[in-house]
Formats: sequence, structure tokens, C-alpha cells
Amino acid sequence: MNKISIQNLTLTYSDGVQPLKDISFDIPANQISVIFGPAGGGKSSLLRSLNRLNDLTDLVGSKGSILLDDQELLDPALDVIQLRRRVGMVFARPVVLPLSIRKNLTYGLEVAGETDEDRLLEAVESSLKKSALWDEVKDRLDDPAIALSGGQQQRVCLARVLALEPEVVLLDEPTSGLDPISTGKVEESLQDLKKDYTIILVPHSVQQAARTADQAIFLLQGEVIEVNSGDLMFTNPQEQRTQDYIQGRFG
Amino acid sequence: MRLLSRQHKQRLGFSLLTLMTFLTVIPIIGVVIYIIYLGFPAINPEFLTGFPRGGMREGGILPAIIGTFYLTLGTAIFAVPLGIGSAIYLSEYAPDNRATQLIRIAIINLAGIPSVVYGLFGLGLFVLFLGFGTSILAGSLTLSIMTLPVIISTTEEALRAVPQAFRTVSMSVGATKWQTIRKIVLPQALPGILTGVILGLERAAGETAPILFTVAAFFLPNLPNSPLDATMALPYHLYVISTQVPGMPIKIQYGTALVLLVFVLSMNLIATTIRSRARANRQW
Repeated sequence: MNKISIQNLTLTYSDGVQPLKDISFDIPANQISVIFGPAGGGKSSLLRSLNRLNDLTDLVGSKGSILLDDQELLDPALDVIQLRRRVGMVFARPVVLPLSIRKNLTYGLEVAGETDEDRLLEAVESSLKKSALWDEVKDRLDDPAIALSGGQQQRVCLARVLALEPEVVLLDEPTSGLDPISTGKVEESLQDLKKDYTIILVPHSVQQAARTADQAIFLLQGEVIEVNSGDLMFTNPQEQRTQDYIQGRFG
Repeated sequence: MRLLSRQHKQRLGFSLLTLMTFLTVIPIIGVVIYIIYLGFPAINPEFLTGFPRGGMREGGILPAIIGTFYLTLGTAIFAVPLGIGSAIYLSEYAPDNRATQLIRIAIINLAGIPSVVYGLFGLGLFVLFLGFGTSILAGSLTLSIMTLPVIISTTEEALRAVPQAFRTVSMSVGATKWQTIRKIVLPQALPGILTGVILGLERAAGETAPILFTVAAFFLPNLPNSPLDATMALPYHLYVISTQVPGMPIKIQYGTALVLLVFVLSMNLIATTIRSRARANRQW
């Protein structure tokens, strides 16, 4: 079953640059879809279209269609606040809000009007467990989140998204600043999470793409070159350019 | 062979810079010590709580102290909400276009207008045209206009110093722009905003020219009891007793200066304390 369907999507920024040119593909539910390719290929622009964070940039035009279930995400009248609860995002640099660990996790629920203490507490515990951080921080939830290590902060960012119980989780190079052990923990939690969520990951390396992908999309200079299952993409790609990139001939 | 080695040049440079720093500090410390030395003998309970007597050559300066307090308070009431509000608009909401740039340039230039010009403007607008008369209301409004640019620019700066990433993250979990400003941006910017506000008010408290035509009285036998009353004020009183009253005892002049200095410096001290506390607690 497809969770998201992208049809003929073209984005244009105010300086005329088109980060995405007429791309189309589907994202299946409850799988990890990996969007990879060299820098400047439009990966982040694509992710930011899926929760309309592009609205905060100087984007001037989006053509085509993005359907989440059956809802058109490019509709200007769409309630983006509601959308961002359904489609959560983890950024490359772990940015914890200047609040306690607990408040970082409940922030999204509280701005949405949740005041029930028990529900908030439950969201804190379950989101921290899902992001494999509970054991490390359960005794100091009221400490400032900034005091945590980089790897822990990135898992707070993941937990912050999960606390909202979204349907789709976007991850933009979530492990680019992390050591191998923290990276392993994040990748491990992703495998557990796909039972409940549709996951779209921009990996920080081809190796990570190969380790994690159920489905892989190769994006090059704003165009989709190949969409394939993770197994085939990294062992037997159909396109010469995909093969060249995976084998390190460019990028 | 070079005349001086690199190390010697560096040592010479550092020495010169240190010397220059000391040279700037000497007059500042000198002024303070001089005023304390000459003014402190005048400080006693009667001086702080009494009315001027004997053609102001005796007695106290209570009406001037109270007046400056009221004027600072009045300025805060008008300038603080207006200044912070427009700074939030300019920094968070205003589109980046010609009109916004024009407003910003206007605000920066307002800060450079001589204070006596504000005084004349206040006389024309508040005292005469709006008919407030020479009153605390007219004086506070004039001081507010003078203070606004300081409050707006420092508040804008404080808001801009909050990392953009906090805003993006906050909105990515479904907060509205207003929630983001109220819950994340403002609390982080608050110490910077407070510092700017206090520095602005401190300037208002010490100014003579803007209150000259709008509120300040030479001598009043009573304390003001409504915003529409005129009042005495410390800076103007100091001007009066230094230039308009023959045979003025020097210790009363310097005593008045000392009180004004303490008033302004204690506000400064509060601002500095807030800033250093906030730096220690900063979360990024």
C-alpha cells in the first residue's frame, strides 16, 4: 500500500533554481524509503515539501502533486499545522529546544493543546523507549536537553517527533554528526519503528543507504534516476549512473 | 637585521593597547570619585527626603527625586510595550521589502536626533497641540519617543540572536508562528530585551533637554499628584542650581549630581546583572 504518491513534482525557488524537476514515485507504508544521491540533488527540498517546511523558505512555485493517503499536500488551503503533526521531521544537526528533556518531548503536544499530565507523561516514556534513550535519561528528565551528548540529543529529536505519534517520519541525514555507536542505535531504532510508521530517510552515506533501505530512490540534480528495492539497488542497479555513483565514480 | 624582533613588536603593541585602555578608564573613575568626594557631605536624611528651602540653597531634593522616578516610570509604560511590540513585528513578521527597510533606517536615524529636538517636538505636539500642558504625561511621552529607537534596536538584536533552527524545529512539530515566538523565541531573548529596556530608560532618566519644555519645573512647593501636573526632576534641577541660582553651596550641586549618578548607575547594575546571569544559563 502506498502512503505517499508524488506525481510530476517541480519546485522553483525565487532565484529561478529548480531543486526538483518533474519527479514521480510512490512511498510504501511501513517501510524505510531511502532517498540518496550527491549533494545538491534536491533531497532536503523534497523532504521539506512533505511537511511543507518549504513554506518557510523563498520557494515560489510547486507544480505537480503530492498525495498523503488521499490528501493533496500542495493545496494552499491545507492546514499545515495539522500536517506537521502527521509528518514529523528529524534534522541533520540535532537541535534540541532550549527546554528540559521532558519539555522537548511534550512541546509538540502542548502547543496542540494537550494538558492531560498522564497523557504527556506516557508520551515521554513511550517516545524515549522507541528512540532507545529511556534507560539513559529516565532519572534526569528535567535536566536541560542541551546537557546531553550529540548522539543523545539526536535521539531526543527523534523522540520529539515520535511523541506526536505521526504517520510519516522524515529523517534528513540524522546521523551525519554522530559517532558509529550512536549511528548504530539510531539505525536500529528505525528498523523497529517501521512497524508503526512510514519512514523516509536521507542517509549520510551510500553504506547507510544500503544497510537501511527497503526501497531506494536515487536522486541526481533534481531528477529521479532510479527507484528500486533496497536489495536490488545496491547489488544490481538498472541504471549506469546509479552504478557509477554507488561504486564511487562520482559524488 | 630588523630593528625589533617580532616578539618585541608584539610586546610593544600589547603595552600600548593596555596603556590606551587605562587612559580611557581614568576619566570615568575620576568623574565618579570627584562627584562622590564633593557630593557625599551633602547626603543626609533631610537632603533625600526634604523640600528645597532658602531659594534652594538649603534643604533637600525630594521633589526632584520623585519627579525623575515618575518620569522614568511613565516612559516605561509607553515605550516598553510599544518598543518590544514593534521589534517583534520587525524581526519576526515584517516582509523583507523596501517599506520595512525604510522603517528600519528611520528608527536607526531617530536614535541620532539631538535630544533638544525631541524636547521641541514634545512641546509642539504634546504640550501645545494635544493640550497636555507642561505635565508628567507630556514629558513621559517625549522621553518615550526618544527612548523607542534604543528599545527597538536592542530588542530586535536580541530576537535575531536566537538561532533560526529553534524556530524551524518548533514549527516542524506543529507550533504556530505565534506559539514559537511566545514559548521559544521570547524567553530566550528576554535577558537581552531587558538589558536594552533598562539602558534606554536609564538614558531617559538622565536627560535634561527633552523635559526642559515639556514637564520640568524650576521649583514646586508640592509633590505632583496627577499625570497632568508639572514636576521637578533631577537633571533639570541640577542644571538650575548650577546655572540659575547665585551663591549656591557647591556640596548641594554635587550632592544632587551624586543622587542622579546613583539612580542611573543602579539601573545599569541591574541590566548588567541580568545579562551576566542569562549568559551563565544560556541554553545554546
